[in-house]
Amino acid sequence: MEKAQNVFSDNKDNNLWKFILNELKPKGKIFTPFNIISFPIIIVGLVIIFIRFRDGIGAVTNLTQEIPWGLWIGFDVVTGVAFAGGAYVLVFMVNILNMKKYQPILRVTVLNGFLAYLFYSAALLLDLGRPLKIVNVIIGNNYGVSSVLFLVGWHFLLYMLALLLEFSPAVAEWLNARKLRKVLSTIGLGAVIFGITLSVLHQSGIGALYLMAIDKIHPLWYSEYLPLQFVVASVFAGIAMVILEGSISHKVFSYQLESDSHHQHNSILIGLAKICAGALFAYFALMVIVFVHGKDWQHLNSGWGSWYLLEMIGFVILPMLLFYFSYRHKSIFFIRLAAIITLLGVILNRMNVSIIVYRWYDVDRYVPTWQEFVVTLTIIFIEIWVLRWIIMRMPVLRKPPLWAQGNDH
Amino acid sequence: MSINRRTFFKAMGATAVALSVGKELTASAESVAEGQSELYGVLYDVNRCVGCHGCEYDCAEAHGLEYPDIPKKPPMRKTDDTHLTVVNFHETSKGELPTKIQCMHCTQPACDAACLTQAMHKTEEGPVIWREEKCMGCRYCMISCPFDIPKFEYHSTNPRIMKCDMCHDRLKEGETPACVYNCPEEALMYGKRSDLIREARQRIHDNPEDYIDHIYGEHEAGGTSWLYISPVPFAELGLNTKVQKQSYPGLTKGFISSIAPVDILLPLGLLGIYEATRTKPITEEDE
Repeated sequence: MEKAQNVFSDNKDNNLWKFILNELKPKGKIFTPFNIISFPIIIVGLVIIFIRFRDGIGAVTNLTQEIPWGLWIGFDVVTGVAFAGGAYVLVFMVNILNMKKYQPILRVTVLNGFLAYLFYSAALLLDLGRPLKIVNVIIGNNYGVSSVLFLVGWHFLLYMLALLLEFSPAVAEWLNARKLRKVLSTIGLGAVIFGITLSVLHQSGIGALYLMAIDKIHPLWYSEYLPLQFVVASVFAGIAMVILEGSISHKVFSYQLESDSHHQHNSILIGLAKICAGALFAYFALMVIVFVHGKDWQHLNSGWGSWYLLEMIGFVILPMLLFYFSYRHKSIFFIRLAAIITLLGVILNRMNVSIIVYRWYDVDRYVPTWQEFVVTLTIIFIEIWVLRWIIMRMPVLRKPPLWAQGNDH
Repeated sequence: MSINRRTFFKAMGATAVALSVGKELTASAESVAEGQSELYGVLYDVNRCVGCHGCEYDCAEAHGLEYPDIPKKPPMRKTDDTHLTVVNFHETSKGELPTKIQCMHCTQPACDAACLTQAMHKTEEGPVIWREEKCMGCRYCMISCPFDIPKFEYHSTNPRIMKCDMCHDRLKEGETPACVYNCPEEALMYGKRSDLIREARQRIHDNPEDYIDHIYGEHEAGGTSWLYISPVPFAELGLNTKVQKQSYPGLTKGFISSIAPVDILLPLGLLGIYEATRTKPITEEDE
C-alpha cells in the first residue's frame, strides 16, 4: 500500500494500469492445502460446465420432469441467499442503528454478501435452459409483473448494485482515488436504506416462490407464512455465517489485523451470539404459531414428522439455547459451535423445502449427480479465490488508509 | 442535509415504480376475469372414450413429434416432452376405464402467473400457450403447475417447454384441436366453456346412472378450460382430486400486493431510525 501511494495518484492513468497489472499477480504462497484441493475441483467443474452447455442440462444433472429444480437452485440460490443475509443485517446495525462496535467486520461482510450474490447469479445462469433470454426480464415488453420470480429477480439485481456501492469506498481506497471516494461515500446512505429494503423483499420472496407448490410440499413445511419464515431465517443464517467466516478469516489473515483486534473481535462475536439467540427464538415462536395454526398434529406421527421434529429441536431449539448459554458465559468455542449447527439447520430447512419434502409422496427420489456437487463446489471455491484476492489487496479487514478515515457519512 | 433530500427523492421514485407495478397487476387480473365467459375449451366424456389412443397419434402429428410407441398392455404413462397427451387405463369400481390427460388450460393458470417473461400465456380464446422467443428456461412453471403439465427438454442446448397448446394454431384458422377433430367416438367436444358446462350438465341429467354428479374442471384450480365427466369418482381415474378449488395465482396475491407498501414505507422508516440514532449534530454534516 505504501508503494502504491507513492507511484499512483488520481490523474496519472498510465500508472493506474501498471498498478493494476502489478496487483493482478498472485500474492502469498501458491501451494497451500486449500489451493491444492480447490484447483483440481475447479478444473473438473469448468469441464462439467462446458459439457452442460454442449449437451444440455440433462447431460450432467439428475433433474426430471417432476423435480425441475435440484441442487443448483436448492443449495446455491435458495440456501446461499440466506447465508448472504448477514450483509443487510450488519449494515442495518451499523449504519442505521449506529452500533459502531460492529464497524470492523462491516466491510468484509458486505464484500462476502456481494460476492455471494454474484456467484449465485452465475449458478442460476447455469441452471437456466435458455440463459441468453434473461435479458427479457431486464429489458423489453415481456415483464411478468404478477410473477414472484420476476420481483425476486429485480430486487436481487438492484440489491447487488446497492452492495457494490456500499463496498465501493474500499475499491476507491485501494486505487487511492480520493475524489471518487468522497463521491461514493455521499451516496452511501441511499444505498444502505434501499439495500435493506430490497433485502427484506427478496429474502422473503425466495420463500414466496414456493407458495404455489401447496400440493407438492409436505404440509409440515408448507405454510402461507413461508415468506416471513424465510426472511426471519435469513437474519440468523446471515449472522451465523458472519461468525463462522469471521473466525476463519481472522486466522487466515491475522497478519493484517492490529494487536487489539482479537479482543475486539471476541466482543463482537458475543454481541452477534445474543442477536442470533433472539432471531432463533423469534423463528421458533413463528414456527409454533404456524404449526398450531395449520393444525398439523396428525402429520407428526410419521417418518416425516420425526424428520420435522429433528429440524425443529436439533437445529432451531438447540442452537438457540447454545447461543444463549455461550453469550451468558462468553464462550467463543460454543458461539462457533452454535453458528455451525445453525448453518447446518438452515441448509437442512432450505433443502427440505426445495428438494427433500418437495413431492415427498413420490417413490423415485431425486439425488444429485456427482457433477452437480462438483459444480456447486467449483462456484464456492472460485468465490473464495476472488474473496482472498480482494482481501489481500483492498482495505477490507485492515483499517482504511489515513486519508480516508473519519470522512464517512 | 443534502443526503436526506436526495434519499427522499429516491424514495419518491421507488414509490412511483411500485405504484405503477401495482396498477398493472390489478389490470391483468381483471382482464382474465372479464374474458372468462368467452373462453373456449374441450369436454372429455370418459363414457364415450374407447381408449383407441388415436388422439395421441393425432397430437404427435399436429405438433411435429414422433408417433408414440404404445405397448399392448400399457403401464401408467405420463405426458413428457415428446408426448403432450396420453391415454391410460385404470381399474375402477365400474371396470377398466380410459382417461386422457393433457394440459387443463386453467382459467387462471399457475404457470402464467409464475412466468417472469410472459412466455406462458393464457390467450383470450382459452388455450394456455408457451412462447419460445420469451422463455428463459427457468422451469418455475413446472414448480407451480398443480397438474404437472409443463415438460422440459433436458437434453437440448436450446430447450423448449413442451405442453398441450390446445392446437392454438389450428384454432386461429377456425379449426378444432387435432384430438377433437379426429376422435372417432366424439368423446371430445370443443366449444365455449359455458356451453360445454351446460352440455355436461345435460348429459349428467339425462343419464344419472352413467355419470357421477361432478364436472372435473368446473371449479378445480379455480376452473379449467378442459372439462371431464365420468361414471366413477375422478380419483379412480388417477386425476389429481386434491387440487384446491381456488386459483393458484391467488396463493401469491398477498405477497405480491405487500411488495409496494414495503418498498415505500420501509425506506422512510429506516431513514427515521437513522435520524433518531445518529450521534453527530446535524449541522456538522457535509456542507
